[in-house]
Amino acid sequence: MDAPTIRTLGYDGLLITFGERLSDTSNRAALAFHETLVEAQLSGAVETSTSLVSVYLRFDPNHVSHANMRQTLSEMLASRDWCSAPPPEGRSLWRIPAAFGGDLGPQLAEASAMAGITEAAAVAALTRHPVRVQTIGFAPGMPYLGELPANWDLPRQTKLTAQVPRGGLCVAIRQLVLFPNPTPTGWRHIAQTRVNLFRPANDMPFLLKPGDEVKFEPVSPDELNAYEDDPMGGAICEALS
Amino acid sequence: MTRALYVKRSAPGITVQDLGRTGYLSYGVSRGGAADPLALAEGAALLGQDPKHAGIEMAAVGGVFEANEDMRIALTGATMHAKIDGKPLRWNASHVLPAGARLAIEAATNGNYGYLSVGGGLALPKIMGAQSAHLAAGIGGIVETGTALSVGPDSGKDVGWTLTPELRLEGGPVRVVPSLQTELFDSAEISRFEETVFKRDVRSNRMGARLAFDGPGFSSDSGLSILSEVIVPGDIQITGDGTPFVLLNECQTVGGYPRIGCVLPSDLPKVAQAPTAAPLRFKFVPLEQAVEIEARAGAARRALPDALAPLVRDPRKMSDLLAYQLISGVVSGV
Repeated sequence: MDAPTIRTLGYDGLLITFGERLSDTSNRAALAFHETLVEAQLSGAVETSTSLVSVYLRFDPNHVSHANMRQTLSEMLASRDWCSAPPPEGRSLWRIPAAFGGDLGPQLAEASAMAGITEAAAVAALTRHPVRVQTIGFAPGMPYLGELPANWDLPRQTKLTAQVPRGGLCVAIRQLVLFPNPTPTGWRHIAQTRVNLFRPANDMPFLLKPGDEVKFEPVSPDELNAYEDDPMGGAICEALS
Repeated sequence: MTRALYVKRSAPGITVQDLGRTGYLSYGVSRGGAADPLALAEGAALLGQDPKHAGIEMAAVGGVFEANEDMRIALTGATMHAKIDGKPLRWNASHVLPAGARLAIEAATNGNYGYLSVGGGLALPKIMGAQSAHLAAGIGGIVETGTALSVGPDSGKDVGWTLTPELRLEGGPVRVVPSLQTELFDSAEISRFEETVFKRDVRSNRMGARLAFDGPGFSSDSGLSILSEVIVPGDIQITGDGTPFVLLNECQTVGGYPRIGCVLPSDLPKVAQAPTAAPLRFKFVPLEQAVEIEARAGAARRALPDALAPLVRDPRKMSDLLAYQLISGVVSGV
């Protein structure tokens, strides 16, 4: 893996990136560095987050200069080998029912063809093994799941789909995303779930966290609709490790 | 209910807004808050209270309100015609809304987001640390007709102040710093981006402003397969067909489209407030200069209470009395 880079993001942010491409190693490094950054409670820090391979720090540059903040981060980066960091603790495996294709997954045919396999083979491939939550972002509690095999390296659409419904499962660039709210997107909509990923009134509003694993269980549209009134949408959780 | 502001007639863009919430970025919730935070700060200054108080944001169209007690109010942001029981009110000013009187606020005549602040601030239960509706996240929502909004205790008494807001309702120059993928756009595209006159498209909302312009779409070397990366408000995403979107405070937290630049926070209200016919031009500034610009904007925001002027001038103190138009109480603001 390349050495981590530090870039500015906006006038008041820095982004520490652990790899140009997504890999398990760089994803784990980002999650581990983020944990350390949060614990460090740096003077001037305002907010932090992670993406797939990066850690973002927003700070007050009129309190701590960009140069000084970069220096502090460089020292933290040099303090250990982040690429050998273990995955986060307290992870869960979620089994989430999903209806593929048809009206509930209108772009399954197109996406399967782009991946060079039949629809049936695509459903089998995407439900055989669990995928890992690599980051939460874009929308509240929304997971980026992966990594899918190389034939799923599909580009996003040039035109946005006007709206994918809540619980929609979409695919692009060797990843799956699951939408917590109705959303316009460039990703292809291949299946539908009934899981509620974001419950703002709860003490813990977010269902998934980075490091969790998700196994999609293929079900028929009728079976899925039976979960309509279940806020979990039929999802079942068990502890990992 | 003790102190309450009744929403007698709402509109599809009326929400409760404060300065938003921090700390949930790593769970996919952006800070959100007022589309024009400076307007909330101006409202707070006019009422002599903390800018963290929540007020009512009105996107394009106002509403009709009634209070169950005498309340102090301030009107800021996009210019809207407002009346209390038929009597016109000055915009960018503080007034008394007497108990039972009808406050009617019409559609915006300039800008997009108007604000109604109340003395003591709105006192709704906080969700995840803030009162702000975050429409994209599904936190809170549009205020419906018939809602009674609880209002906090007001320690202030003063009204009848006005201020001259920083110009931001007519487009104009917008300063940007480079963003993550700026270098993937060649220098000709960057020059064309700085020279192009953009207009805010009607297909815009609290998440982002879509920009309309003449000419081909903007393109970079990144293609459509770059890894999704952290997004901040102000980032200008170039979507697949080459159209720029300026992301506002309620934006998503990560995104995969390349970003050509990032608008400075103090110029972001100019984008949110731009009428569809107003020209917007982008200009890159170096990072060090951007930090200075934001420091000055912060100082100006904190100094707003010192920039107030009395709404009604004492005729005995007016040396050039004849130059004033004393009959017309109606001034449509900036």
